[in-house]
Amino acid sequence: MIESSHLRAAIVAMATTVSAHAEELTALDSAIGDGDHGANMKRGFDAVAADIDTIGAKPLAEALKAVGTKLVMTVGGASGPLYGTLFLTLGKELAANPEAYVAAYRKAIDAVAARGKSEINQKTLLDVLYPVADALEAGRSKADVVEVARAAVAGTKDRKAIRGRASFLGDRSIGHVDPGARSSLLLIEAVAGVLP
Amino acid sequence: MVRQMVGDDVPLAWCGGNPEGGLGTSVEAILAAIDRAWSDRGVAILVDLGGAETNSEMAVEMLDGDRAHKVVVCNAPVVEGAVMAATEASGGASLAEVRATAEELSPA
Repeated sequence: MIESSHLRAAIVAMATTVSAHAEELTALDSAIGDGDHGANMKRGFDAVAADIDTIGAKPLAEALKAVGTKLVMTVGGASGPLYGTLFLTLGKELAANPEAYVAAYRKAIDAVAARGKSEINQKTLLDVLYPVADALEAGRSKADVVEVARAAVAGTKDRKAIRGRASFLGDRSIGHVDPGARSSLLLIEAVAGVLP
Repeated sequence: MVRQMVGDDVPLAWCGGNPEGGLGTSVEAILAAIDRAWSDRGVAILVDLGGAETNSEMAVEMLDGDRAHKVVVCNAPVVEGAVMAATEASGGASLAEVRATAEELSPA
């Protein structure tokens, strides 16, 4: 069972890894986007971490919604509503069906896809989030799921961007790892590190 | 430009910049701008690039239900769209008509 204490640890782990990799995310985004992904993600997760005592005191579903709202209000780029929607929907689904984690994750990434009007294989964070859902539903181990996510990030490199700012570059987006896919992996690794 | 070309009768508000004032948008600022431009006839939002659109849609969803269905994000160029939308609105058009006029400027 996942509890608020796990979420507290996950928040610390996510904020730490995003902060440590902020320059890398910005460098990836400078190649094919507008170069603000690292700073935006850092601002968002720093704000979540600063609120950890308030957020951590809530039941898991409410705490996840609070994380989502905080990201929406502080990130400032398209990744705010996208990651915000992910956490908001996780919270909403777990409030309705506690402990149906994998089903909640699937609903949450469908909500992210709807928010971004995108789908898998368009060189976005969805290219990582969807294979992870498949692996979770197949009952794969935590290490396997992380491995699936890593391979999925690498897979975005040779893909042409269809959605987001990178799509303006057309074929020139090929050859660069997608920054959103990379930040998704960072979050997945962080969460996997603290979950039971 | 809207003020110069359309006048002062149409409620108008704008925002830009992420929560630290850098490149991007702020959902909080968008919600405040919707408040400033609010009338019972609704609000039409014009945006530039991707994040502004996604953040605006998020802001609309965060409004309470009665207000949310009176706010639309137009798929139109920001400058021309704003001028055309304000012109249409100043003539007493409905929100749907305002949006349609702005969106006529977008390539199909």
